[in-house]
Amino acid sequence: MAVVDPLIELRDVNKFYGQLHVLQDINLTIGRGEVVVVIGPSGSGKSTLCRTVNRLESIESGTITIDGQPLPEEGKGLAALRADVGMVFQSFNLFAHKTVLANVSLAQIKVRRRKKDEADRRSRELLERVGLASQADKYPAQLSGGQQQRVAIARALAMDPKVMLFDEPTSALDPEMINEVLEVMQQLARDGMTMVVVTHEMGFARSAANRVVFMADGRCIEDRAPEDFFNHPESDRAKDFLSKILKH
Amino acid sequence: MDVLTDNFSLYAEGFLGTVRLTVYSSLLALVLGFLMASFRVAPVGSLRAIGTVWVTVLRNTPLTLLFFAVLLGLPRFGLVLPFTVFAVIALGCYTSAFICEALRSGINTVPTGQGEAARSLGMSFGQTLTSVVLPQAFRTVIPPVGSTLIALAKNSAIAGAFSVTELLGTYKTLSELGYNIIWTFVWIAVGYLIITLTISALFNVLEKRYGVAR
Ligand SMILES: Nc1ncnc2c1ncn2[C@@H]1O[C@H](COP(=O)(O)OP(=O)(O)O)[C@@H](O)[C@H]1O
Ligand SMILES: [Mg+2]
Repeated sequence: MAVVDPLIELRDVNKFYGQLHVLQDINLTIGRGEVVVVIGPSGSGKSTLCRTVNRLESIESGTITIDGQPLPEEGKGLAALRADVGMVFQSFNLFAHKTVLANVSLAQIKVRRRKKDEADRRSRELLERVGLASQADKYPAQLSGGQQQRVAIARALAMDPKVMLFDEPTSALDPEMINEVLEVMQQLARDGMTMVVVTHEMGFARSAANRVVFMADGRCIEDRAPEDFFNHPESDRAKDFLSKILKH
Repeated sequence: MDVLTDNFSLYAEGFLGTVRLTVYSSLLALVLGFLMASFRVAPVGSLRAIGTVWVTVLRNTPLTLLFFAVLLGLPRFGLVLPFTVFAVIALGCYTSAFICEALRSGINTVPTGQGEAARSLGMSFGQTLTSVVLPQAFRTVIPPVGSTLIALAKNSAIAGAFSVTELLGTYKTLSELGYNIIWTFVWIAVGYLIITLTISALFNVLEKRYGVAR
């Protein structure tokens, strides 16, 4: 698909875990302001794809550029890049020893060098935005999964990232908590955030995504508009996959 | 019984010698142990190698041999220091290997997602370690670090053999003066107990204060 103003570009990316070829010649461009949903069977390499974009995983060959800059090697440059790429994990990963407010403020102070009260003010704004202003002084373990994930989103947004990566943000949640997280993500999409979202939530894909990328066995097999993909999948792998997830 | 009252100043001198050795060596061991533990989990391969070599060499060398190496070896390279300083170097380096491993096992109890979240926010390796990983590792490393420092206090006795003033060494003078060897050693043992129990008490307080799981 032609993308007008590319923010993230992956060119011929290959990644191995030992013998396992997890990412095979991945070519993917994500435009500024675009919301791209990545979907596919378990083990197809979706998480790995997300993690290579902020170099939590290194790649064996190919190039990844963000806003025209190739991903730097380990060190200061890489840290600076990661600050611009927000990431939300399936398991939330809030800092267990810090309050909700301190979770959102920590990297603003350490990385963005904001003063503590300025960081806290920004944190409270963001907590307000995700509907958790009243929970600021609690510890993560005192919150429900849905609340923890919304704090994690606020924590990533606090860095004013250029793009947000979501790796199955609702998969670890009880069903009644999924919507509160999806609503925050919907709002983010409406506000024009560039987002890469690994999810099987088709409602979200249909209403918020510009494109759906279907992955299987480490390859991007389809890359299409959501309605096209869900109504007329082209590949057998996608048809098979959709028939399985549509059953329940 | 008289052995203590008659020779109180000798005992006191030895006791303070052991306290001094223990305190300075502990500080050196904690600093080096912290540094080496950071090396061992660093993203840079050469640092990890330095950490691994440091731990492997020091943990597997008998402490007495290390004393010989430091006391006889360093002067060969033109480094001439008081014996007490050499003893602190030998004890501190030796113990740092154990501190390093205690810290590293504590670091390994912290879920990897914590470090990943910190790095994904743009925090450096050092920031991730000091503000996210170590504070959570801290409570699990209090007991093993305490045991390691108690072992250090007792190991400091080896310095006596290298004419550093310390508690165990006082027995030589006392037995030459003809005092009952049993009582001489009883009082020496009491001296060590005071030091080791103080260390345990200190670490118990730390554990009570910080060891609570959230
Ligand atoms: N750290 C790792 N070491 C070895 N193999 C891994 C590692 N992480 C993931 N894998 C393997 O890579 C493949 C892709 O994993 P992943 O990207 O997590 O898939 P998905 O998120 O689509 O379920 C799987 O077969 C998985 O077992
Ligand atoms: Mg996954």
